[in-house]
Amino acid sequence: METFQQKNIRKRKLKNSILHIVLASIIVFSIIMLLLLLYQVFSEGLSRLSWSFITSMPSRFPDRAGIASALAGSIWTIGLTIIFSVPLGVGTALYLEEYANQKSWWTKLLQLNIANLAGVPSIVYGMLGLAVFVKFLHFNRSILAGALTLTLLILPVIIVASQEAIKSVPSPLKEGSYALGVSKWQTIVGVIVPYAAPGILTGSILAVSRAMGEAAPLIMIGAAGYISFLPKSPLDSFTVLPIQIFNWTSRPQAEFAEIAAAGIIVLLVLLLSMNAIAIVLRNKYQNRMD
Amino acid sequence: MIEQEENKQQKNDRIKSRLILNKPKNNEESINTSKENIKIECKDIDFHYGTNHALKNVNLQIMENRITALIGPSGCGKSTFIRTINRMYEHVVDTKIEGTIHLDKENVLAPDYDVTELRKKVGMVFQKPNPFPKSIYENVIYGPRKHGLKNKGQLDLIVERSLKKAALWDEVKDRLHTSALGLSGGQQQRLCIARCLAVDPEVLLMDEPTSALDPIATLKIEDLFQALREEYTIVIVTHSMQQAARISDNTAFFLNGEIIESGLTDDLFTKPKDSRTEDYITGRFS
Repeated sequence: METFQQKNIRKRKLKNSILHIVLASIIVFSIIMLLLLLYQVFSEGLSRLSWSFITSMPSRFPDRAGIASALAGSIWTIGLTIIFSVPLGVGTALYLEEYANQKSWWTKLLQLNIANLAGVPSIVYGMLGLAVFVKFLHFNRSILAGALTLTLLILPVIIVASQEAIKSVPSPLKEGSYALGVSKWQTIVGVIVPYAAPGILTGSILAVSRAMGEAAPLIMIGAAGYISFLPKSPLDSFTVLPIQIFNWTSRPQAEFAEIAAAGIIVLLVLLLSMNAIAIVLRNKYQNRMD
Repeated sequence: MIEQEENKQQKNDRIKSRLILNKPKNNEESINTSKENIKIECKDIDFHYGTNHALKNVNLQIMENRITALIGPSGCGKSTFIRTINRMYEHVVDTKIEGTIHLDKENVLAPDYDVTELRKKVGMVFQKPNPFPKSIYENVIYGPRKHGLKNKGQLDLIVERSLKKAALWDEVKDRLHTSALGLSGGQQQRLCIARCLAVDPEVLLMDEPTSALDPIATLKIEDLFQALREEYTIVIVTHSMQQAARISDNTAFFLNGEIIESGLTDDLFTKPKDSRTEDYITGRFS
C-alpha cells in the first residue's frame, strides 16, 4: 500500500516529466519551422545567387536583375540609423537612470510613454516620418528621412534595453567610484558604461536588426521600389532590401520568386553578420569583466 | 536560562580580560584629547531619510591618528553617520542634514565645501569588497587618474606605494595587470583599501570592512589598521565588539540614532557609564 507521501512524490515527478516533454516539443517545433523556412528559401534562391546578382542593378529581365542598389540602400540607412539611435538611446537611458529624479511624476510619465512607444506599429512611425522629415523638414524621400524614421522606431527599444543594463550595475561599484571623489560623469564613463556595455550592445543590435527588416515605414515615407543607381549621399533617394524583395515577390513571373529568395539570403547574411559582430564585441567586454 | 546567562557572563569576562592583556598601546597618549589632536568634530548632527529621523543630535570628536570604532545594533545609525562625514548621503534622494562637521576646522557640510576635495581627504571602504571589474593596476590608479594624473611613472609609483601600504604588494606584484576579480575576498578588500590610499587621504572611513571576510583575512586587515594608524585617522563601523575592543583607541556606542556613550575603548568596555552600553557590550541585547 502506497503511503500518501509516496503517492504525492510520484505525482510530482510525473508532472515534472510531462512539463519537460511539453517544453522540449515546443522548441523542436520552432526549430523545424525555422529549418523549413530556410530550406524553402535556399532551395529556391541559391541557384540565383552569384557575384553578378550582388553587383547588378534591378532589371525587368530576371536574368539580369541584381540587388546592388537595395543592398547599398540598406547599408546606408542602417549605418545612419545606428549613428543616430545608439547615442540618443544610451544618452536617454543614462539620463533616466542616473540623473532624473526617479520619484517625480514627470520621470514616471516619461518611462511609461517610452514603454508604450516600443509597442506602436511601425507604419505609424512611417506616417510620422512622412509628416515631419519628408514634408516639414524637406528631406524628401531620402536616405536621411528613412534613417531618421527608423531611428524613431527603434529608439524606445534601445532606451529600455540600455536602462535595464544600467540598472544592473551594482551600486557598490558606483559608490566605490563616488567615494574616491570622482564626479558623476566620470563615474558613468569609468564604471557604469563599461559594466553595462554588453547589455547595451545586445539590446541595440536586436533593435537595429529589427530596423533592417522593416519595409512598411519606409514604403510610407516613399522609398522607391526601383532604383538603378547607387546612392552617393544621405539626401539621395533609395530603396532597401525588404522593399526590393517585396517588389520582386509581387511580380507574376516564377523567376522573380527565385530572385526574391536570393534577396532574402542576402538579407539574412547581412543580419547574421551584424549579430556576429555584436556577439564578438559583447564577449570581448565580458572577458574584460571576469 | 540561568546557564545561558552565566555563559554570557563568562564570555564577557573573557573579552574584558583579553582586552586588557592585548592592549599594547600607550595609554597616556590616548588620554590626551587636547584640542589640537581633534581631526573631525561633529556637532549637533540631525539626519533625516524622508520621514525617518536617522541621527539625533549626534556629537562626536574623532582624534587624529587614532582608530575610532562605532558600535551598536543594526539600524542604529552608525553607517548613516559615517556617510555624513564624506557626504555620501548626497547620492540618496530625499535626505536632510543639520549640524556641522569640522574637518581640520573647516565645515565640510557647508555648501561651498567642494565634495571632490572632501572625498580626496576622506576615503571610504565598504562592507563588501567592491573592486571595479578592471585589472589590479587599473583599480589602484582609478582615483588619481580621474583626478587628472597622467604621468605613467608617477602612476606606477602610486600603485606600488599604495599596494605596499595595504600589505598586498607582495601577493600581487607579478600579476598587476590581471583582473581584480580573481583575488580572494580578503585580497579584494585590501585592494579597495589600496585604491582609497592612492588618492592620498587623511581620514579612512570603514563601513564594517571585515564583515564579509573569513577570520584569517579579518586578522590581516586588523593588523593592517594598526600600521595605517600611524599615518591616517581611521573611523570603523563594526558589528563585532571583540573587533572594536581589539583594534580601536576610542569607541562610540550608537543606539536608535543617538550616541549613548563615547570615550576611550578601554574605559567604555570595562566601566561603561550608561546602563544601556553595559547591556549591549555584555550581550543582553543586540
